[in-house]
Amino acid sequence: MNNESSTGVERRSLDDAPVRVVSARVNLGTRLRNLLSRRELLTSLISSDIRIKYKGSALGLFWSMLSPALTLGIYYLVFSVITKNGYPDFALYLFSGLVVWNMFFNSVISATGVIVDRAGLVKKVSFPREILPLANVGAAVIYFFIQLGVLCLFLLVLGHSPAWSFLWILPISFAALYLLAASVSIVMSAITVYMRDMRHLMEVLLQLWFWLSPVVYSYENTISLRLHAHGIAWVYFLNPITLIIMTFQRIFYVSTNVNSTQIPHPVLHILPSWPMSTYFYLNASLLGLMAIIFLISLTIFGRLEGNFESEL
Amino acid sequence: MTTVIEVEGVSKQFKIHHERSQTLKERLLHPKSGSTEVFHALSDMNFEVSSGETVGIVGHNGSGKSTLLKCICGVLQPTSGQIRLRGSLAALLELGAGFQTELSGRDNVYLYGAMLGFSRKRVDGIFDDIVDFSEIEHFIDTQVKFYSSGMYVRLAFAVAVNVDPDILVVDEVLAVGDERFQAKCTDRIRTFQEEGRSILLVTHQADQVRSLCDRAIVLDGGLMVANGPVQESLRIFREHLLEDAVELDRTGLRAEISIDSVTTPSGSFDVRSGAGIHLDVNMTSHLAYSGNFMMEIFTRGGLLISRSDAQGSPVNLKPGPNRVGIDLAQIPLLDGVYDVNVGIVDHHGTVIAWREQAASIQVTYNGREGGIVELGASVSQ
Repeated sequence: MNNESSTGVERRSLDDAPVRVVSARVNLGTRLRNLLSRRELLTSLISSDIRIKYKGSALGLFWSMLSPALTLGIYYLVFSVITKNGYPDFALYLFSGLVVWNMFFNSVISATGVIVDRAGLVKKVSFPREILPLANVGAAVIYFFIQLGVLCLFLLVLGHSPAWSFLWILPISFAALYLLAASVSIVMSAITVYMRDMRHLMEVLLQLWFWLSPVVYSYENTISLRLHAHGIAWVYFLNPITLIIMTFQRIFYVSTNVNSTQIPHPVLHILPSWPMSTYFYLNASLLGLMAIIFLISLTIFGRLEGNFESEL
Repeated sequence: MTTVIEVEGVSKQFKIHHERSQTLKERLLHPKSGSTEVFHALSDMNFEVSSGETVGIVGHNGSGKSTLLKCICGVLQPTSGQIRLRGSLAALLELGAGFQTELSGRDNVYLYGAMLGFSRKRVDGIFDDIVDFSEIEHFIDTQVKFYSSGMYVRLAFAVAVNVDPDILVVDEVLAVGDERFQAKCTDRIRTFQEEGRSILLVTHQADQVRSLCDRAIVLDGGLMVANGPVQESLRIFREHLLEDAVELDRTGLRAEISIDSVTTPSGSFDVRSGAGIHLDVNMTSHLAYSGNFMMEIFTRGGLLISRSDAQGSPVNLKPGPNRVGIDLAQIPLLDGVYDVNVGIVDHHGTVIAWREQAASIQVTYNGREGGIVELGASVSQ
């Protein structure tokens, strides 16, 4: 039916064409199927997002590196040079954590206002609206991979090697990170339609969230003991990004490949001395949890989506 | 014939906030502030569109036609009921709504195509057609923000009609571009019809519906008041529109003056084409009034043939019954029934008395011309 000539007068048969239903509630399965069927739109949006961002700038994508590099430099200066926290290879520790944090931060901060910003589109063109925040997450994933590349370069220059035996956990951890960023982005983009303050609130919340995550400090040698003393160490791990950051740090920062609880290396006071299996089980269960949360976020979005048109 | 659009019991309600509290502070401080009112934009719509049919949706502003269209396109979710669609659908709710002004025309064609749900490959195949149709080949690699508004909508229209949809939904966008481009759009729509695709067209313009549609649906206040042949639906549409227009102008209408009837000396409203007719307008006035006469003649299809103020001659009403004669010296109309509306307007043109469809003139015609008016064409060599 696609290849009919435009001048033909042949009647087209639509008897066996799929039927789409527009109704008040779209169930989760249909929602996921719709999303999957519009992958092409997602990639188009991601590439146009990135192109628009750097259109007409001479340095282009290089800018996406500049801000993380500056952050890295400042934290390094403050914590390692000025306050002398004594972490070996602190820049590497910072970088491994920042790569994760930047991906999450970039996704959420850009996706929060995206439905409001693209109101003209949302009100006039039909497509699964989740794709808009997901495109922002997609762009953040691209930046993430660029930064990951730079991190690898960093390792190479410093003569470090990642913990090769842990490397296979990285995809699991990244998948959990993606689903976390996507879930928060999807929900926040929808809530912002109803409460425009969310954008500003989110900036504050993300700052708080950043300091609750072990990016510039180490959980193990700061608050771990105190929390353990009260038996509430688990509270710290309620922050789902903590485990992901620790996994990245374990892989890129701790180059030793010793697979045991007793690793005779000073850096291990900085990270928990878990064996590989613990990292795997924790990351796998986090991924499972995030998958559920992702589905919940889609459901919440579906509930809020119905009135977008009149609220925008 | 396959049904491509099935609208089943679709209703849409909007909550109208009288005190919009969109910020968190306002919500926290005044959780119950402001009242909300439920507005019924659509109530229990039921209709079907078969493949190959062109259906017009008419209604004045606020009648719910855009809401209905948005529900069909999936931009809005109905509050209840459902819409079943078969085949691919391209919607033109607002031309160029999906455009990113920072990107070039070429990039936007692909992006817009993806938004309408068509693959990159498919857009590749028709890219040249799109550019040809839009007539902007020189600017296709220019950023869209430098486009003129005409180029902008031409490109958007070109994408939507070239992506080969089974159903095309058009919302008052045919009024774009210059006349030549409009003719091109209309042509394309006719090609669509010949190819057996379905078109849903929302418009204010009755003649567009008449020339393009097989059937028309009339909406009024969220209700479907007509769904049938174009002529009949348009007639109902005009009545609803004018009813409301009079209602709006009610401040100008004066209860003291009423138009009671329109009669002819012979009592018959039949007239031969080319002959004249004399109408007597009987009015009752409770005061002396001086105004102007106003008369409209419509076809049964709702087309205004003539609106006349009888050369501006004043009408002087005295208290009590009045009779005003109107002479139509010659009626050059062809076969058909024509409705006459009469009224009195003041010197500012405000209607102060009106009678809708005060008379219906039946014209008979024996000549060879077709249409609505006899021009008496002859050939000389």
